[in-house]
Amino acid sequence: MIQLTVNKKQYNVDVPSEMPLLWVIRDVLGLTGTKYGCGVAQCGACTIHLDEEAIRSCITPVSKAVNKTITTIEGLSVDNSHPLQVAWLLEDAPQCGYCQSGQIMTAAKLLQETPNPTEQDIDDAMSGNICRCGTYPRIKKAIQTAARLQKTGGTK
Amino acid sequence: MNDLANNSRRSFLKTGVGLGTGLIISFMIPAKAGRLKNILSTGPTVATFSPNAFLSIGTDNKIKVLLAHAEMGQGIWTTLTMLIAEELDADFKDIEVEHAPADKAFFHSAWGMQLTGGSSTTWSEFDRYRKAGAAARILLVQAAAQKWGVKPSDCQTANGFVTAGKNKLSYGALATAAAALKPITNIPLRAKEEWKYIGKGMKRLDAPVKVNGKAKYGIDMQFEGMFTAVVAHSPVMKGKVTSFDAAKARLVKGVVDVVQIPTGVAVIADNYWAALQGKKALQVNWDLGENVGVDSATQFDLFTTMAEGKNKQVVKTGDTAAAIKNASKTIEAAITFPYLAHAAMEPLNCTVKITGDKCEIWTGTQMPGSDQSAAAVILKTKPENVSVYTQFLGGAFGRRATVDADFVKEAVHIAKNSGKFIKMVWSREDDMQAGHYRPSMLHTIKIGLDATGMPLSWHHIVTGQALPMDDGSGTAEGISDSPYLAAIPNHYVGTISPKIDIPVLWLRSVGHTHTAFAMETMMDELAKAAGKDAVEYRQLLLKGKSRNLGVINLVAEKSGWGKALPAGHFHGIAAHESFRSYCAQVAEISIDENGLIKVHKVTCAIDCGIAVNPDGVRAQIESGIIYALSGALYEKITFKQGKVQQSNFNNYRILRMNESPVIEVHIVESTEQMGGVGEPGYPPAPPAVANAVFAATGKRIRNLPFGETNFKA
Repeated sequence: MIQLTVNKKQYNVDVPSEMPLLWVIRDVLGLTGTKYGCGVAQCGACTIHLDEEAIRSCITPVSKAVNKTITTIEGLSVDNSHPLQVAWLLEDAPQCGYCQSGQIMTAAKLLQETPNPTEQDIDDAMSGNICRCGTYPRIKKAIQTAARLQKTGGTK
Repeated sequence: MNDLANNSRRSFLKTGVGLGTGLIISFMIPAKAGRLKNILSTGPTVATFSPNAFLSIGTDNKIKVLLAHAEMGQGIWTTLTMLIAEELDADFKDIEVEHAPADKAFFHSAWGMQLTGGSSTTWSEFDRYRKAGAAARILLVQAAAQKWGVKPSDCQTANGFVTAGKNKLSYGALATAAAALKPITNIPLRAKEEWKYIGKGMKRLDAPVKVNGKAKYGIDMQFEGMFTAVVAHSPVMKGKVTSFDAAKARLVKGVVDVVQIPTGVAVIADNYWAALQGKKALQVNWDLGENVGVDSATQFDLFTTMAEGKNKQVVKTGDTAAAIKNASKTIEAAITFPYLAHAAMEPLNCTVKITGDKCEIWTGTQMPGSDQSAAAVILKTKPENVSVYTQFLGGAFGRRATVDADFVKEAVHIAKNSGKFIKMVWSREDDMQAGHYRPSMLHTIKIGLDATGMPLSWHHIVTGQALPMDDGSGTAEGISDSPYLAAIPNHYVGTISPKIDIPVLWLRSVGHTHTAFAMETMMDELAKAAGKDAVEYRQLLLKGKSRNLGVINLVAEKSGWGKALPAGHFHGIAAHESFRSYCAQVAEISIDENGLIKVHKVTCAIDCGIAVNPDGVRAQIESGIIYALSGALYEKITFKQGKVQQSNFNNYRILRMNESPVIEVHIVESTEQMGGVGEPGYPPAPPAVANAVFAATGKRIRNLPFGETNFKA
């Protein structure tokens, strides 16, 4: 049994220690907001937070998460009130939406580290996340909007 | 097509109480004339009419909108709902949106099958969905008027209520009475001046569940008793299993079964990871089949030879062979385009539950009807025993509109052969190597110019696999129907469709993905040869074509065409008409120190008729431009001895945020015939960039992709 903390909840899972976190989260815990896109850390759809790090859950074995806290898109807020979620809605960023969990989790890490990101900072942080619908311009705007929202403390 | 569209305008209504309580609005749509005759001659009468149900209002005031088309990112979850809301006067918070099941009732209003594609959802539903909303409102008002003993014209509707003086009832309270009323045949629609939503816009209704992980895609299906299946496919497409040894696979913890299916061997397990480990432990021997002969290294040589031979004539006017002899100048070009994968972010998947003679399918599909039929054939049952539940599509771009229902059939075979409820999930590698590509193409072009530099003769052969249901004519779409041809006295367009057993399929913008590049880079070349400005040259050829000219003139103005740019920056222009819309773009590029292209900005003008949701139109155009640039700059599927050489995003390069230009979209105010927006943004982008590259370097681009080409070499 492996004990995990996901979105502030405790779980005990009976899985091989090398099983990637992505599949533990999706198929064992049933939290399907985190997506499978490539399985080889190329697209960023599976991005989650492990303690303070944004990681690719598709290549991270579950054993690495022991004694750490996992945050998935479902744990970002309970009511779409995270500044990034608010900004994503203001800019109408999603299209098919499939990559957006990973985009938002990557952006959340960026804003934690760099509260006032430049365009270059955003490009640097986000270019590991692929969006086939081409929502990049709106994601970029949404991150800038979220940075402003975060600063004013408000969510709107 | 127009006749069929008109049929929906002649629709009449029937009403009824559905399974729940409340009002269900459905249309009876007469089958198209030809079909009607056939069916009538065999006997049945009312059975020739197909009811379409788009909207229901419950006594609990809940309004359910059923979408005849699938939401794959293009925003119709919002747009179709807006159309109903425009006439219904409901409160948006009462509206729930769902994908419709596979059913004749949801056939495309113009194309006679259930289909999301061809950038057609909004124009093909513009009347039908508004009428669904209007009919409901009219009947609710009638019901209220009867109840209160007032005239319907004394009633008002707003936010889900009917009022008359002091009387006020909710739509839910009136639903049962409205359902008992006689159907109405004449459904007036509101005039443009009264529109509250159309043309003004609305935020995406599906966005809230797409920022918190709650949106359910096919791959997210989970239910008690469901297993996950992965498939070992032949290394060469269409190869067959000769034998396999599953002993080691069955030892993997979590693996519950291994079954052979026509396309390979499926490993079924408790979860995807276990199934994948099982697949790795599997030993399969393959008969690789005929496709081992497919090789990209020699394919274009083969096409070049074929292009000299017999072709299928698509358009012919005058005599190009004679005319070219009188030309002052001739220009020849051969342009190649590789196979392209759709590579939607959600790898293809399908969940199947077979219980007795019933089969339930959950997947993201653009053609639920053909999936339903394909499943029924495998299960030797009637299509009505197969239910298809469309989930959100994690991208599609045409890949989920499979005439052969490839991934759905595979999942049904696994469920049938294993007797288990399964969710089949393809790995990214499976998804990328399963064919159904935009075919590789060779354009062979010979143009003769007169003394003033205008084209006298245009001879154009397109060589490449024909798409499903096409005799080869469609290969030349965008050329054979080009607005330029009318001004070219001698022209010939022919196609050659090599028989290659690699499945090919429509990819966003279909033939226009390559034909626009050929036409618009040649236009740029002709303008240069004539010593004319690229905009002016197009204006000369497009005289009288107001919508084509409209977008060209607008984009020239908005981009500052002809004006000074920052040092090292260059403009290129291209325009193309597709899917009933008109689009022109100016790309601003520079060449970096490594000789690589940097696309800084794309300015776009689009005329799609009425833009129902303008910001949605902008989003689709942005999306089309980025998808197009990704394809033109980086994407390429190649074969070596039949094996696809690309497998994942490490070797099938996709455009990323740092490579994405600033995009500015200008929508032409227009009340002309409505067109699509999902695809028309794509075609002009690659040639606009290529033309800018010529401005920067003097080099013409003849082979795609070109994003890794060193233009300083």
